[in-house]
Amino acid sequence: MNILLNYERNGDSHTLKSYLKRDGYKSLSQLKKYQPAEVLEEVKRSGIRGRGGAGFPAGLKWSFLPKHTEKPIYLICNGDEGEPGTFKDRVILEENPHMLIEGIIFSSYAINAAHAYIYIRGEYGFAVRRVQAAVKEAYDAGYLGKPVKGTKYTCDITVHQGAGAYVVGDETGLMNSIEGKKGQTRNKPPFPAIEGLYGCPTIINNVETLASVPYIIENGGANYAKLGTEKSTGTKLLSISGHVRKPGVYEVVMGYPFMKFLNEYCGGVLGGRKLKAVIPGGSSTPVLRPEDCENMTLDYESISAAGSSLGSGAIMIIAEGTCMVKTLKVLTHFYHHESCGQCTPCREGTGWLNKIVGRIEAGQGTMDDLDLLTSITKHIAMHTICPLGDAACGPVDSFVKKFRDEFVAHIELKKCPYNSTFTRLQERV
Amino acid sequence: MSTTPTPFAANATDYKIPDKVMSKINEIASQYPEKNSAMLPALHLIQDEFGWIPPSAVRQLADALDTTPNKVYAVVSFYTMFNQAPVGKYHIQVCRNVSCSLLGSKHIVDHLTSKLGIQPGQTTENKKFTLSLVECLGACGTAPVMMINDTYYENLTSGKVDEILNTLA
Ligand SMILES: Cc1cc2nc3c(=O)[nH]c(=O)nc-3n(C[C@H](O)[C@H](O)[C@H](O)COP(=O)(O)O)c2cc1C
Ligand code: FES
Repeated sequence: MNILLNYERNGDSHTLKSYLKRDGYKSLSQLKKYQPAEVLEEVKRSGIRGRGGAGFPAGLKWSFLPKHTEKPIYLICNGDEGEPGTFKDRVILEENPHMLIEGIIFSSYAINAAHAYIYIRGEYGFAVRRVQAAVKEAYDAGYLGKPVKGTKYTCDITVHQGAGAYVVGDETGLMNSIEGKKGQTRNKPPFPAIEGLYGCPTIINNVETLASVPYIIENGGANYAKLGTEKSTGTKLLSISGHVRKPGVYEVVMGYPFMKFLNEYCGGVLGGRKLKAVIPGGSSTPVLRPEDCENMTLDYESISAAGSSLGSGAIMIIAEGTCMVKTLKVLTHFYHHESCGQCTPCREGTGWLNKIVGRIEAGQGTMDDLDLLTSITKHIAMHTICPLGDAACGPVDSFVKKFRDEFVAHIELKKCPYNSTFTRLQERV
Repeated sequence: MSTTPTPFAANATDYKIPDKVMSKINEIASQYPEKNSAMLPALHLIQDEFGWIPPSAVRQLADALDTTPNKVYAVVSFYTMFNQAPVGKYHIQVCRNVSCSLLGSKHIVDHLTSKLGIQPGQTTENKKFTLSLVECLGACGTAPVMMINDTYYENLTSGKVDEILNTLA
């Protein structure tokens, strides 16, 4: 079922014309029938959980805004998409930007936002231009910048381009970034809903979350909630990559069996090799072994029961023959590089994790190093301002736990038991 | 004892932000509740102009946004996309994260280093190419991936890299 990818990939799905053909902006003319609180209620009823990684119920988040405030309220759409393995928001931004804009108009109305910002990661220059062009089309057509028909509500949108920093994907880092500062994160409380962008109440949601809102309004929250499972309603965009035959972005109704998804939608493991490991929700989510995934379904509760998390829906497939220590080294390097540096446990700890995994990989580790790794993660997790520190620990703890024999083999053999570089690129089947 | 040169030690008069760019920056600044929000858009414009963020431009931008060079420089050095030193005409950035690694980005990097005769972080003598390794570019489904300036090149093989390099004058 396609809600977000409800178009043919024929090269013009990003235009207003194409969106209107798909009945886009249709429910906008119905907005006058709703009070803002009623729109919020529909979103609550839909049960939609934030698609950026944390899975927090969107309607609930919106209801944290102060009931009365003199200050303007802001809506931020998080298109920073920095979690390794994730490339699903890019598809909405590039191919279906008007659905996002319509979702932003509804959402802004629901929370009475004075202005909405779409923050897009710096590298996505093409997406930035696409969204800017769509925003301009929406202004020209009077959907933005003028009162929505039959109401007094006017929505304005500004597109803001980032400049390369993973931590800015965190909501408070992103606000600092829009304010033109270093993208370091802020302590919470105060939560953004109380004191966010420019010190004003702010709601921040992922691109996919906001782009789902038009469907929810058009079909009713209750009907959206019928899709998927009780705790994971609706559809989810999954970006699948790594050792898989047909990588890409797929939309599935939540609760779909993972192995079936891998084998039927995605053509199975590349080169017909055996499955070795799955990172199910972006680089920060714990790695799983094939046996963990056998009966797993694609929804929040099943993946967390399997020992990981749906996260941003970024699935990375790792085939037999891959060195897991080397794979972890790529990740520890990443978190060390991306730590914003303000909290000592994260700044120093991620450096140590990277160093130690590196020396194990190089055949210079000792058995004590394995305990050292878990001791360091204990000192990082929950001891930092933002969850980047925790995000760095998930992979380390799970790789060491689930693939301990490989770490031990590196230590005992004093070298990598695998071919020392990753398997050569295979042509796709 | 050696001293680290500060980024502001370079010749301040070499680079002047053109009036056209400056007025664009001022226009952007006026669209936000706080002027300082024009920081990233302005730095992008400056980098488009010079290919990097020269120290003198940092000062001019600080004046324009009523802030200090120190704060502008803090931003420049925080975000990986801003070049703190000149780069080659073509800045090649190869993704080194998981999905690209799994599909052989190392071979792409090796191919580039031998072909261009430089290591990651270096620029060719003729100032044509700079090679960098970067983190996930958000295109993992079409790994391995690289960017050259602001264009993505995906599903790379050594042969494809050769073809791409041949098109760059
Ligand atoms: C280090 C870090 C990086 C993050 N990166 C992103 C991101 O790229 N995109 C995103 O939507 N959320 C990201 N998040 C989550 C956001 O903080 C926030 O929870 C989310 O944007 C809220 O939207 P949602 O409720 O619709 O998911 C990140 C969080 C952290 C701690
Ligand atoms: S891992 Fe290379 S683009 Fe994501």
